Amino acid sequence: MNRIKTKLQENKKILSIYFSAGYPTLDGTISLIQDLEKNGVDLIEIGLPFSDPLADGPTIQASSTKALENGMTTEILFQQLHDIRKSVQIPLIIMGYFNPMLQYGVEKFCQKCQDIGIDGLIIPDLPVDVYAENYKAIFEKYGLLNIFLITPQTSDERIRFIDSVSDGFIYMVSSASVTGSQSGFGSTQENYFKRIADLNLKNPQIVGFGISNQETFQQATQFAKGAIIGSAFIQHLTQSGNEKIADFVRSIRN
Amino acid sequence: MNYNVDEKGYYGEFGGAYIPEMLYPNVEELRSKYLEIMDEPEFKSEFNQLLKDYVGRPSPLYFAKRLSEKYNTKIYLKREDLNHTGAHKINNTIGQILVAKRLGKKRIIAETGAGQHGVATATVCALMGLECIVYMGEIDIARQAPNVARMKMLGAEVRAALSGSRTLKDATNEAIRDWINNPVDTHYIIGSAIGPHPYPDMVTRFQSIISEEIKWQLKEKEGKENPDHVVACIGGGSNAAGTFYHFLHEPDVNIIAVEAAGKGIHSGHSAATSKLGKMGIIHGCKTLLMQTADGQITEPYSISAGLDYPGVGPMHAYLSTSSRAEFFSITDEDAMQAGLELCKLEGIIPAIESSHALSVFKERRFKPDDIVVICLSGRGDKDLNTYIEYFKL
Repeated sequence: MNRIKTKLQENKKILSIYFSAGYPTLDGTISLIQDLEKNGVDLIEIGLPFSDPLADGPTIQASSTKALENGMTTEILFQQLHDIRKSVQIPLIIMGYFNPMLQYGVEKFCQKCQDIGIDGLIIPDLPVDVYAENYKAIFEKYGLLNIFLITPQTSDERIRFIDSVSDGFIYMVSSASVTGSQSGFGSTQENYFKRIADLNLKNPQIVGFGISNQETFQQATQFAKGAIIGSAFIQHLTQSGNEKIADFVRSIRN
Repeated sequence: MNYNVDEKGYYGEFGGAYIPEMLYPNVEELRSKYLEIMDEPEFKSEFNQLLKDYVGRPSPLYFAKRLSEKYNTKIYLKREDLNHTGAHKINNTIGQILVAKRLGKKRIIAETGAGQHGVATATVCALMGLECIVYMGEIDIARQAPNVARMKMLGAEVRAALSGSRTLKDATNEAIRDWINNPVDTHYIIGSAIGPHPYPDMVTRFQSIISEEIKWQLKEKEGKENPDHVVACIGGGSNAAGTFYHFLHEPDVNIIAVEAAGKGIHSGHSAATSKLGKMGIIHGCKTLLMQTADGQITEPYSISAGLDYPGVGPMHAYLSTSSRAEFFSITDEDAMQAGLELCKLEGIIPAIESSHALSVFKERRFKPDDIVVICLSGRGDKDLNTYIEYFKL
């Protein structure tokens, strides 16, 4: 069974961590993944950097830019990950924008992911409609789950459509924003989380955007299966490097 | 061949809507309503009235006698430079602000390169009493200072895009991020024939007034609606889309698009997308764009802020790959000389964008009895600093 699905069956709240591959250093990818697994993170999203990350706020924009300056490319990331399954079991997702995948060749990209042992992809600018029509068969052929986003503005009808096309989990964007906004959650988010929970979707939901500490992690996971931390983790890396990952994870989940 | 957008938002293999889910409700609302809104008699009447009384349309189709003598062919200039605010951009902003009002939007955002679209957006926001925020690359803010001042006078807030090359591409990224952050009350007025479907088609339709007028104006002057050639400069491609629109399916009209080669097509400082671009995704559409082998979008360069864009509208990508249009790539130097030539021969100071279109005579010969219509998309006032520096005036 796909590692993401196995993980989702565990009776616990999922902590997923995002980082930009190639940041802060080009060669840190493997040790970062190993450290995150060792410290009890449940799922990792490896960001494939892109020059024009439309859905990202300043923190991830900056880490992407730096990663590209460090020399990160699709090919280099795949080389770095080549033997990753010899050392870790944690579910791995590659998150990136569609153009670099399109240039690599979508099928070749998916095949490479399967060879390495990547479990899923998140591609914010590949709409569910285009995916369902053109790419779903390829993803399935290589055993990759494709994770879609929903937002507070997504209609119930469309959420049900996304649920029907999805396999794994649904990425529930906490509020109308790019990544990295940290204003905390209020009643608007709580109502939204409840509304989605009440839809009784077949896929569990994991909340992303705006999760930065224990408080927001708990609020997000009160109604959802888990939560994703990106910008706050990248800020931690910027300040403390790989040294204090244990502290960071502990600060989120006791 | 069909060069109009198809039901799914594509021109051949180009176009579509490759957008994050956060933008879906806004883009889908627009997609499902824009044709219906544009078709309402009340909308049409308000749009046409404003084009006439506020913009000053129809813009003249001017026979450029001395330029024609010099190049031994019949040259007409479509004088979009005489529009209110000094360029063709206002045709589209008038249209989109009326759409935005009908969608109940209260806040308008826009990107701008040369500042012409920003000014045109700030202008219609003042006209309609709507809040206006314009994103502009930091580099462009420096080289287009008069337009920045104009936007501020018109009540708009100008926000600097500080990422990437700090030009039009990055201003567009910032505008898209703003729209993600403000998904309910905001309409994004895209200024070029780019972006997710329906933007390329909507902008093209609003700009198509240019070729609609050329047809009847030419009929009056020459006794026939179709010229032998239509020429326009192309960055994202809005003036070109409007200039070409009513001739796309007229096989006897040759279409010529002129893009910016900057310091030379292969100099590494260029915006010659038709020569250097490969199919990819930028700002929500599949089109030709300049990128690395790894799919990272590269930084374009042109002396003209309005052409300094690494992609091209999806309709133009299709016109290029299907060979419906001829594409030429013009260097800074040739464009600047062509601009100066128009000043000396016709007493018209063109925008540097439009000067690229005027350089077509260096690239290509026309027959003495050919009728060549060139879109003079904007006036050169905004470029005076660049002209002063370039020619040491």
